[in-house]
Amino acid sequence: MNLLANLRRPDGLLGYSILYLIFLYVPVLFLPLFSFNDSIYITFPLSGFTTQWYEKMIESEVLLNALGNSVKVAACVSVISTILGTLAARAFTRYRFAGRKPMLGLLVLPLVVPGIILGIALLIMMNWAGIELSLVTIGAAHVLIATPFATFVMISRLEGFDANLEEASRDLGESGWTTFWRVTFPLAYPGIVASLLLTFTESFDEFILAFFLAGNEATLPLYIWSQLRFPKTLPVVLALGACILLASFIVITFAEWVRRRGVKPVESDS
Amino acid sequence: MTSAAQSAARANPILRLGKSVQGALFRYAGLRGYILFSPTLLVLVGAMCIPVGMLVIYSFWTQKYIEIDTTLTLANYLQIFNKTSYMLLIGKSILISTAVTTATVVLAYPIAYFIAFRVHQHKIVWLILITVPFWTSYLLRVFSWKVILGYNGVINSALKWLGIVDQPLAFLLHNPTAVIITLAHAWAPIAILPIFVSLEKIDRSLLEAATDLGDGPVARFLRVTLPLSIPGVVAASMLVFIPTVGDYITPQLVGGPDGLMVGNLMHAMFFKANNWPLGSALAILSAAAITVTSLAIWFLTKHARERAK
Amino acid sequence: MSNKPDFVSIGDVSKHFGSVRAVDGVSLDIAQGEFFALLGPSGCGKTTLLRILGGFEAPNSGNVHIDGADMTLQPPNRRPVNMVFQNYAIFPHLNVRENIGYGLRKEGLSKQQIAERVDEALATVKLEGLGGRGATEVSGGQRQRVALARALVKHPKVLLLDEPLSALDKNLREQMRVELRALQQQVGITFIFVTHDQEEALSMADRIAVMFDGKVRQVDTPEHLYETPRSKDVAAFIGSMNFIDATVEGADGDALIVDAGPVGRIRAGLPADGAPAAGTTVIVGIRPEKLILADSPPGEGANSIRARLTAASYLGERSHYFLQVDGLAEPLSIARQNTQAQLLHEADAGSELWLTWSPASGIVLPAAG
Repeated sequence: MNLLANLRRPDGLLGYSILYLIFLYVPVLFLPLFSFNDSIYITFPLSGFTTQWYEKMIESEVLLNALGNSVKVAACVSVISTILGTLAARAFTRYRFAGRKPMLGLLVLPLVVPGIILGIALLIMMNWAGIELSLVTIGAAHVLIATPFATFVMISRLEGFDANLEEASRDLGESGWTTFWRVTFPLAYPGIVASLLLTFTESFDEFILAFFLAGNEATLPLYIWSQLRFPKTLPVVLALGACILLASFIVITFAEWVRRRGVKPVESDS
Repeated sequence: MTSAAQSAARANPILRLGKSVQGALFRYAGLRGYILFSPTLLVLVGAMCIPVGMLVIYSFWTQKYIEIDTTLTLANYLQIFNKTSYMLLIGKSILISTAVTTATVVLAYPIAYFIAFRVHQHKIVWLILITVPFWTSYLLRVFSWKVILGYNGVINSALKWLGIVDQPLAFLLHNPTAVIITLAHAWAPIAILPIFVSLEKIDRSLLEAATDLGDGPVARFLRVTLPLSIPGVVAASMLVFIPTVGDYITPQLVGGPDGLMVGNLMHAMFFKANNWPLGSALAILSAAAITVTSLAIWFLTKHARERAK
Repeated sequence: MSNKPDFVSIGDVSKHFGSVRAVDGVSLDIAQGEFFALLGPSGCGKTTLLRILGGFEAPNSGNVHIDGADMTLQPPNRRPVNMVFQNYAIFPHLNVRENIGYGLRKEGLSKQQIAERVDEALATVKLEGLGGRGATEVSGGQRQRVALARALVKHPKVLLLDEPLSALDKNLREQMRVELRALQQQVGITFIFVTHDQEEALSMADRIAVMFDGKVRQVDTPEHLYETPRSKDVAAFIGSMNFIDATVEGADGDALIVDAGPVGRIRAGLPADGAPAAGTTVIVGIRPEKLILADSPPGEGANSIRARLTAASYLGERSHYFLQVDGLAEPLSIARQNTQAQLLHEADAGSELWLTWSPASGIVLPAAG
């Protein structure tokens, strides 16, 4: 305890950490700041407050269409990848099988392989298989990168899970299926919610795979990308970016909170 | 099972098969693991292994005008090896990513240390504050740096407004440094978590033991904490280094002609030059360069650890 | 022990995990209504055997019958058997009542009937009034009662208990031994429990199976297990014992005459299966409390030897002494109640005393094992 007490003396680490958070957060705060600035130029001094960029944003047909596409893709991706990830996480946390380690390694790959390489590879395959590029191909690519995330979120949820609880349920007469609904699911629920939200955001914000695999219909990041070249529409992009950041921030904070809180399985304390 | 059910099972082959499958699942629990993992495996194979396999094959084909010649050849690779600018671009990408990785990990370590050892009550809050930016739009995080560093951007206009400079500083944007700063910011959150986890896992009594045996805070850090957190540092390095080498958005937005990386060249091969086989070969070579560098980092840290003992 | 001696029948069951033989050819018959203990050191396979009975592990070979029905490959939910888990496995998202009623949903009972059964179970384990508590809001001892009630409410044919008392602190553990025993008598269900604690097994069980390395070494009542262990391992695991190497010389009435080397010619109890042939090497085991300290040589019939006190430790109600006999590798240990006799202290080390014991206290064990 003495040691910890010594560690608590005030020093530079706290200051450093706060500076670090500022470094992390401040750059993106310029987007909402200038989205309310009454000028198409992103320059100081600020020239006045306006909400016209937000009004323009809501009026943009193309933008709303892209938003709709993104929501459609992200919703499908989050459901599919969370189901896959939950099953896989269960396999990893509950069963020991040969090849467990290599499989986990394989699962990490989509997360680290540069997105552009995955994009190129998928483009080649789609082209070879004669599959027309569309929102579906974007969704397929997003499932590939979202499933590992879902799996790891679910693994961290199921890891502390006491296998005896399921055995107790089986012992008390429930089948594997009813045990899932009466014990496993209620306890895994916070993880599932977090996984759905995180993979939704992951897909919603993803750019590079969508960039390579898009057909005629654009997702929101693709729309943003296409607008960056035109200085005149930049303030609208800032407004859109501010909205996306705010929404992501709320959703992610909620998801992380659910994931790290929630009912933890009881430890047997004596 | 009642004896009636037993004889029914004996009589009906489908029921018998069902029973034997059930029996096998009961006897070999590992099988259930495979069954649960198989849908994910299918996705990994279908959407990653097969496409990457085709990428490899493509890299040995050649583009003949609008046709693709499917004879296997090393022509693309030779072309890249002979073209100094391509090789330099791969090298530059590796260097930029190395700089990004070093900066990210060095900056991340103290805060990971802080959360692991100094924060006692609100760990969750800190962890959430760190992870949230990681999940928010990568494109927007990169874009915000274009806004900050641009010729008429936040910094330049602020400096001009404050009367510190007359002319905007052109050197802020469109160079490798801008790429490094932007990437270091965009990938910062992901470096913290693995280091935090490895620090958090350290048994606190080891630190007390080190103090008890006469180590001061600095010696204790160098002799106990740091060596035990090396796996986290290596993991963080890999998580930042590998994906950044192939980054496309950042160099495109803030790099300018000097700050371009290999990802931009790959994109150009596919969408401008329309030479997919050459682009594929470039992707394979980049992946190879990433792998070699990663292994080198891994072996170096391992070697350093052995020697530290 | 009422009817059906082979109510639970384990036939040559083996279970391997990789190259480890956790359970190695075990056969056991457990009678209806019996309180049966599986006792052994950790890693001896007792828990695996219990999990095979519960249906959580499938044996690689052999079979399990419960009340005449083959249960070998039945999943846990199709067995008339319930388990109290070592950590109790109380569902954290349900309250006490919901935990106890968990297994009743499949029995086609009305809500009313379920409530009655749960109330009854709550009363059986003396938890009336705690039904509404959350699973995380009850103490360790109460959690154990919830686990018991949750299993008993199903009226199983056999109740399995995995180290039921190990998660409790010492005082509660001793109280629960008495309570568990009384509960078993009250409900009349066959209890099979696993423990590594010999005192727990001796005090609760009707019969005990001692396991080492996946094999059952002896099945007996607590008294027989203590008084007439059949091997050195079992003797050493249940209580403590002095072992003296000896060679059989012959039988004399109800005693066996052996040559015990440095201890000389001594008389020991005749083994139940008859006297070993002369010349057989055996081990004579003597419990520490059956060795008697004396100042003068004893009378005819008893064994005796001169020994030198080397160490004494005072344990409150009793003391342990260590006496060296010249020529023996290790000193003999003697336990004596601190009632009448004068206490010996460390300061008395070196003094010479007589050790005596009755021939029946010497248990003849096979030399190997």
